[in-house]
Amino acid sequence: MTAILPPSDRLWWKHPMDRQETIWIIISFIWCMVMFAMMVGWHFFGKQNLATETYKVDPAAFAERAEAFAKKYTVRTETEQEVPVVAPPEGSDVYMIGRLWNWWPILELEKGKTYKLHMTSMDYNHGFSLQPINLNIQVVPGYEHVIKVTPNESGTYAIVCNEFCGIGHHEMVGRLYVK
Amino acid sequence: MTVSTTYRTCPRSGLQFEDQAEKLIKANAFTAIVALLVGGILALGVVLTRWPAVHLLSADAFYMVLTAHGLDMLIFWMIFFEIAVLYFASSTLLRCRIATPRIAWAAYWLMLVGAVINNVAVFQGESSVMMTSYVPMMAHWSFYLGLVVFAVGALIACAVFFGTLVVAKREKTYEGSVPLVTFGAMTAAIIAVFTLLSGAIILVPTLFLSWGLVQNVDPLAYRVIWWALGHSSQQINVAAHISIWYAVAAIVLGAKPMSERVSRGAFLLYILFLQLASAHHILADPGVSTEWKIVNTSYFMYFAVLASMIHALSVPGAMEVAQRARGFNKGLFEWLRKAPWGNPVFSSIFISLVGFGFLGGITGVMMGTEQLNLLIHNTIYVPGHFHATVVIGTTMTFMGMTYFLVPVLFRREIINPGLARLQPFLFGFAMYAFTIVMMGAGTLGVSRRHWDMAFNGNALAYEWPGAAYLMMGLVGITGVIAIIGGAVFIYLVVGSLLWGKRLDGGKVSNTFTFLNRAAPSAPLQTYGSAGFVAPGTFVLTMIFLLTFILYYFVNWKYLGQLWGLS
Repeated sequence: MTAILPPSDRLWWKHPMDRQETIWIIISFIWCMVMFAMMVGWHFFGKQNLATETYKVDPAAFAERAEAFAKKYTVRTETEQEVPVVAPPEGSDVYMIGRLWNWWPILELEKGKTYKLHMTSMDYNHGFSLQPINLNIQVVPGYEHVIKVTPNESGTYAIVCNEFCGIGHHEMVGRLYVK
Repeated sequence: MTVSTTYRTCPRSGLQFEDQAEKLIKANAFTAIVALLVGGILALGVVLTRWPAVHLLSADAFYMVLTAHGLDMLIFWMIFFEIAVLYFASSTLLRCRIATPRIAWAAYWLMLVGAVINNVAVFQGESSVMMTSYVPMMAHWSFYLGLVVFAVGALIACAVFFGTLVVAKREKTYEGSVPLVTFGAMTAAIIAVFTLLSGAIILVPTLFLSWGLVQNVDPLAYRVIWWALGHSSQQINVAAHISIWYAVAAIVLGAKPMSERVSRGAFLLYILFLQLASAHHILADPGVSTEWKIVNTSYFMYFAVLASMIHALSVPGAMEVAQRARGFNKGLFEWLRKAPWGNPVFSSIFISLVGFGFLGGITGVMMGTEQLNLLIHNTIYVPGHFHATVVIGTTMTFMGMTYFLVPVLFRREIINPGLARLQPFLFGFAMYAFTIVMMGAGTLGVSRRHWDMAFNGNALAYEWPGAAYLMMGLVGITGVIAIIGGAVFIYLVVGSLLWGKRLDGGKVSNTFTFLNRAAPSAPLQTYGSAGFVAPGTFVLTMIFLLTFILYYFVNWKYLGQLWGLS
């Protein structure tokens, strides 16, 4: 019962290793290095990397910019709340507000074009969860996160909030179109 | 020594319990079981609400129950039990008196009071902030106060553990180095100190914020430091339950660690790197650099993952060596077939070990990968993963340990041994299924902590695929079965304590018996030979590795098909 008794060699770090353990450690170590390389390598060879461009932001100032943006590019409104559907040109700055309890506005993007998406929260933490493709990004109040997005498939997408943000959390859902 | 105390030698296990330590272990373990009971009842509310066809609770009740379930299970059940494990691994295994028993009792009462304050705060309804309680979303001040008081208690208990190691050393109760299990417990305690201090750094200002003494706590800083508490508290569990795996392998099978150097080295890697894992929760966050994410989430180049992979070989490997020494030498797996599956102490641990590795370990590394995290961040995959690690891993291990402690520590025979034989399989396999369907639903995008996946009445409603509803229905069914398995456990333990046959306590003496080091044994001397000592385990670990590699790259392939982001 040596695991609950003092080891037979006082100098346990001199205890010999079994060949089997040595081999397993080498294999595991190599696998760990492969996984490490994948994360670094994806930044060079992969297309899906979260940008780290972030600014400290005052929610009111952000809302002002978002409203100006929506006003400029609104093409129609949807639902009883008349949520604007905003179709910005390629390469432009696109704004998205998360707040209790909606995502605003509805965006209409084009397939294969790249946009600079600015996101923040007006109040609590929210979770930007793009469905059905299942891309998930944290939205933190006071921080403006800027991500270049390139939709690669057209369709109607939902933005579900997946960070608990209070009693109406499950009602917080928005929409996004890709033409 | 002037301290007067008595030592009881248990006739069944040969373990020696010092009087005060014994009472402390009993109190902490029993309180843990009570927290498990409360958390288990709450779990019923959670799964019956997330089962779309049942959808039991109202939204506010659901979020309240979910908050309480998380706290009672992840914090109170586990940390109370871990404190019992720390006292066991120090005082009992080293056969010494516990350092400062009065302070240890003060720690216990602080923890208990803190846990009660926190539960009361949650059930008053103004603190449904979930386990994570991200500012600026605020709970009632007593919510934070309860957590802080609990953490102070737990910190003091860790200090008593370290003090007890010093006592043992000074009073020379043992020869040589501390046993491996004590070494693992020490790892857990070191991580616990780091964790609890992180908790203090962030929860104390938040408490002040709730009192209006502080104007602002930065939401991002809160998340980063909170997770140094939140994730690292799971690392205490990992270190604690792996120590128990080694302990049970020794107690039930008489197994020896294959190599002390390897197993202890792996624990050292935990101390150095495991806490970095807290960064896993910040992967989808703004404001943190890519370099920071890669260094931290890889636990600095995956050295902590390496440590877990080492334990994954050495724990079952040690069991295999012991079984082979006993003559179960036929083929690759006779040692496993002939293992004591009817003993719930063993079966709990083995089911825990396999589930923790395959379901918890692989998915944990996947979701902790910087880019792959985008696929599952905040989906119900996350609770799927951590139920595999903390329920299948830690809770099941602690259950197995409890089956051992009931006769040895509480001196009661387990009632209904037939049911006890069955319980680990019922609970364990239900939990396997539960975590798998949760991860399945998360892969389809279903959110965690979400009351109504149907978005009833919402103009912009999104309709989940039918498979997601099916998965969530299965989450309900398997969850209920797992809860029944948990209820059987509580019934067996509490029933045994109340009605179990009283067992002989064994000899009581005024002095400890000196603890000799283990004798070097035959297999030890054959180490380093050309043959593999545990070929069956090696095959199992290769299957594990292949599953790991396959699953890891499948996710990369899936990620590669998504929208470009940069």
